[in-house]
Amino acid sequence: MTPPALHGVVVCHGDLARALVTAVEEISGIRGALIPVSNTGCDRGRLEERIVEAVDGRPSVVFIDMPSGSCLFAAVRRLSGTAEARLVTGVNLAMLVDFVFHRELAPDQAAERAIETGAKAIASRR
Amino acid sequence: MSIVVARIDDRLVHGQVVIGWGRPLELSRIVLVDAEVAASAFERELYQMAVPAGIEVEFLAPDEAPARIEALGSADERVLVLTGSVDTMVTLAKSCHGAIVKVNLGGIHAQPGRREYLRYVYLSGRELDDLRTVEAAGIEVSAQDLPTTAPVPLSALRP
Repeated sequence: MTPPALHGVVVCHGDLARALVTAVEEISGIRGALIPVSNTGCDRGRLEERIVEAVDGRPSVVFIDMPSGSCLFAAVRRLSGTAEARLVTGVNLAMLVDFVFHRELAPDQAAERAIETGAKAIASRR
Repeated sequence: MSIVVARIDDRLVHGQVVIGWGRPLELSRIVLVDAEVAASAFERELYQMAVPAGIEVEFLAPDEAPARIEALGSADERVLVLTGSVDTMVTLAKSCHGAIVKVNLGGIHAQPGRREYLRYVYLSGRELDDLRTVEAAGIEVSAQDLPTTAPVPLSALRP
């Protein structure tokens, strides 16, 4: 039996999550694999609700912009230790584009892959 | 002045606080007054993560905060006092005997019973009245999400 396709939830400050998701869709042509969540206008409780609604109990990787701050805290408070979700901080476009093509993976595997892909994308060139 | 700002922000310790305010104000300490956080090792660890090197953070329950804030008021520090609720800050401002001279409305978001005054400030009628009593006691109250934006005095807030 094929496992259900992973969902990606992108949680960022301001309009960043929406912009990242739009960019992934334009690059990959895959729509609906990523759900953007913004912290704009939220207190802690409302942001937590937005994240939980986006995950909706499904196997997910939750991509977060910063390794600290309100977006991470809200995700950790509600999802840390749950079976369905893995959290990845320091989201970038490269890891999201790769993610949408590998949604057959388990959350743990997908999270590790995202970290590896995202790190490889950071480079200095002359 | 040791307590450089007393901020109400329902996201507690986050980027606007430690970066937006922490750097220009050269904070040396954040005092977070919140019963839930003070009682939970998990919550304390979470918020500790957000604080950069060079800034100390301490977590206090509301009942133990006034004495500590009064003591810090005369210390050689640059302190930001932070609460998540209007009620906690109103109580602190009235009980800290001059240590708090300025209250910053930094992030008070929509909840049932509140009206919007600014994009980041929603208040109930009772909260607004309580803040007015703080101002009447000689403590400056204004809304300002970041130091780079203009403060809006409490008296100028309009729904």
